[in-house]
Amino acid sequence: MIDSGLAQIARALADGSISSVELTQDYLARIHAENADLNAYVTICDDMALAQAKAADAQRQAGNAEGFTGIPIAHKDLFCTDGVRTSCGSRMLDNFISPYDATVVERFNAAGAVTLGKTNMDEFAMGSSNETSFYGPVKNPWDRTRVPGGSSGGSAAAVAARLCAGATATDTGGSIRQPASFSGITGLKPTYGRVSRWGMVAFASSLDQAGTMTQSAEDAAMMLNVMAGPDPRDSTCSDQPVEDYSARLDKPLDGLTIGIPIQHFSEGLDSSVEQVIRDAIAEYEKLGASVKEISLDNSHLSVSAYYVIAPAEASANLSRYDGVRYGYRCDDPVDLEDMYKRTRSEGFGAEVKRRIMVGTYALSAGYYDAYYIKAQKIRRLIKNDFQKAFEEVDVIMGPTSPHTAFPIGSKNDDPVKMYLEDIYTIAVNLAGLPGISIPAGLVNNLPVGLQIVGRDFAEAQLLNVAHKFQQATDWHTRKP
Amino acid sequence: MPTYEQWHERHERDIVMEWETVIGLEVHVQLATASKLFSGTSTAFGAEPNTQASIYDLAMPGTLPVLNKEALKMAVKFGLAIDAEIGKKSVFDRKNYFYPDLPKGYQTSQLDFPTVGKGKLVVDMEDGTQKTIGVTRAHMEEDAGKSLHEDFHNKTGIDLNRAGTPLLEIVSEPDIRSAKEAVAYLKKLHSIVCYLGISDGDMSQGSMRCDANVSLRPKGSQVFGTRTEIKNINSFRFVEKAINVEVERQMDILEDGGRIVQETRLYDSDRNETRSMRSKEVANDYRYFPEPDLLPVVIDDAFIEAVRVTLPELPDVKSRRFQEQYGLSDYDAMVLSADLATADYFEAVAAASSDAKLSANWVMGDLQAVLNASELPIKQSPVDAKALSGLIARIKDNTISSKIAKTVFEAMVAGEGDADSIIESQGLKQVTDTGAIEKMVDEVIANNPAQVQQYQEGKEQVIGFFVGQVMKASQGKANPGQVNQLLKAKLSQ
Repeated sequence: MIDSGLAQIARALADGSISSVELTQDYLARIHAENADLNAYVTICDDMALAQAKAADAQRQAGNAEGFTGIPIAHKDLFCTDGVRTSCGSRMLDNFISPYDATVVERFNAAGAVTLGKTNMDEFAMGSSNETSFYGPVKNPWDRTRVPGGSSGGSAAAVAARLCAGATATDTGGSIRQPASFSGITGLKPTYGRVSRWGMVAFASSLDQAGTMTQSAEDAAMMLNVMAGPDPRDSTCSDQPVEDYSARLDKPLDGLTIGIPIQHFSEGLDSSVEQVIRDAIAEYEKLGASVKEISLDNSHLSVSAYYVIAPAEASANLSRYDGVRYGYRCDDPVDLEDMYKRTRSEGFGAEVKRRIMVGTYALSAGYYDAYYIKAQKIRRLIKNDFQKAFEEVDVIMGPTSPHTAFPIGSKNDDPVKMYLEDIYTIAVNLAGLPGISIPAGLVNNLPVGLQIVGRDFAEAQLLNVAHKFQQATDWHTRKP
Repeated sequence: MPTYEQWHERHERDIVMEWETVIGLEVHVQLATASKLFSGTSTAFGAEPNTQASIYDLAMPGTLPVLNKEALKMAVKFGLAIDAEIGKKSVFDRKNYFYPDLPKGYQTSQLDFPTVGKGKLVVDMEDGTQKTIGVTRAHMEEDAGKSLHEDFHNKTGIDLNRAGTPLLEIVSEPDIRSAKEAVAYLKKLHSIVCYLGISDGDMSQGSMRCDANVSLRPKGSQVFGTRTEIKNINSFRFVEKAINVEVERQMDILEDGGRIVQETRLYDSDRNETRSMRSKEVANDYRYFPEPDLLPVVIDDAFIEAVRVTLPELPDVKSRRFQEQYGLSDYDAMVLSADLATADYFEAVAAASSDAKLSANWVMGDLQAVLNASELPIKQSPVDAKALSGLIARIKDNTISSKIAKTVFEAMVAGEGDADSIIESQGLKQVTDTGAIEKMVDEVIANNPAQVQQYQEGKEQVIGFFVGQVMKASQGKANPGQVNQLLKAKLSQ
């Protein structure tokens, strides 16, 4: 049963063919068997999970079960979880037990979900390979010498290895879609503001968005139904009412216009990956969609703009880790300055420090206009490109990543090479749009993801477009 | 060493040089909201350390700010009161610096788009003149916590109860030309924020804190001299003293041909001097950028008008009304309207006693003296408005003289009862019976033939002596007007 997707598990729970406790025990057993090697989880919550599962079964017996009651999931370790360590993949928060639940966690708890544990991630979500975690790299279940992508690599690997029915994740520049692509699963990044950020440890506030890692679009819709919606504790969370994201999944795609950005099929794209994506688009044409080439003129500027804005925001967001109130503090500081310096030097890893320095520089006197302001202008241009495109097309499709998962350690010496990992995904965050990556094929037995981008708050449409492909193909059912 | 000629030239120049002082004030006003600016935590003063600090105030990972609408209304209210432009779209920014009592490592403030833009304040000088001082802007920001250096055995304790308390930072134009003007500006600001009810204005508790930018320039010069900033001056008196000693310090340097260093200085009230803060503490690049956790604050006309209708009568308007309605002088009206509680007290006394002038004199005179001596605010006056009007009524109906009234007032302050009962129990009722007064007048005239002769020889000021004698004989209870009249009539016979 635990190899099945979330929706199937929900049906099994509903018809009584399995209990939540049984499911949870099976998952925990597999996690304990696999995790030492995969390293997908940084915290396994055996006791809490079993208690929640028991409560869920009791609720079902009492006739009060809802759609999500008893489903075992995992949370990326940057969602604050009351009473559980929330480390963000950092030594800085290795000793941090959160005193409260993130809105996302609270909503899953209220829906009756079971929390199996917290998943590994790049430190403070900064990375595209899950190699910057204080807890070591996560291995790709398809090839354990390779990375699962990042920063939500633990969630991606846990879903791909069937160590949970679904997982929460976050995406700041591609951190859901790229690992979903590398790990052969479905990763949904909703519109900025669709899901509350309260309790989600901040990397870059104007870009961070919580989303889902699942086997299928149908599963993603179920999770989004729980997570999405206004939250008075997050001023940037949208008041736009939510839809039932499961309701439109089967809508036919006749008349759908797909935009193909020429910039996403140019230099740098692996030719085998390109073939997989072109085949997937051909499949959509069979399903009734038409295809149109479009141009996102400023897309070549997106990585540069992102690596000003995201580090700038991060440099301030991470100032609170100063050793004063919680988290890591260096031993025997001689004075305040020594405490700050050593706490932050010892508590943060190299990539986090690099981005804090880049961000601090970009905001400093004399450079602010040249970097931060200019990057914001580019952001506006990128948003305009998408708006223009969406006057002609309904969704935009292309590769999620230029290639398949790369070997662990192969890109660690060159940060810029690593930053270019997110070349197709970053612009979507800058524009605040929803995007999804779905399995579209294999190259040398490694998964390739198709990225689909929609208009603001068009999650239901994206899920429908993804679901129809998954009805017609079986790539999403392939597992390592 | 300068040559003699250089020295001489400089000396000559110094002799003719006159300096103009240029001052700008930055005043932090703590807004009197029930909860903090971005978290729902209580702002009540005086709780045990860190009992009023929520997970947001502690900057726990993942927490986010939500703007307190009451604080926004208060800021807009202030803006309307000083006739300022209201920012229709104000933006919060992060001001980045590390300090242990600043939990997030940045202060959420407003830089380029403050809630309150350009406005003005008309200040009242001691000599009765008025001056308009420009207000550059007033922006909203959150307060930091407190570092506690005592009782921790060489370590520092942090109390975050104050962290996140809403502040309005009011920045003046460099329009202020003397320490006295600076105090007048501060007093007016204090008066307005108290009238508006947006702050308790208590400087001793830090509800109002003042930084002063001070520079000198040769009189007539259009360019500003190099300024210094004096930080955190916490009383009206210290503002005046701090500015004066800083002006003297700068003048000494300039007259010796030296240059002023742009820096932040602290005022030491014990030694009455300003001292440079270590430059390390002030050489900050705050790296401001728009706070991405908050959307721009958009204010529409309906919001502004809804705030406008809550504006009370402000000090200047009240002062003019006091002149017109009660026939008070400019000065009396200004003094009585400066403080809302005093103004309300005065109006209550005036209404009950139907003698505004007498009420004004008593409130500003004897009552104020008692309050000053006991350091009590008027709201805690030992003699309330009703009691004072009772006393004034007895002066008006000639039951007691003004002189006796002072005795009665003292007894009232001492808590011996209301005016009527004191007059009754101490037998202070004024003698208005013409027969009784005439008898005393006759006795005084008979007993002082020498003075009678002087008066009749034309030395009319001797009348004062006779009045005094009669009043003494009556133990102060005779009506002085009647005494005067009778004496004149009898002495002229």
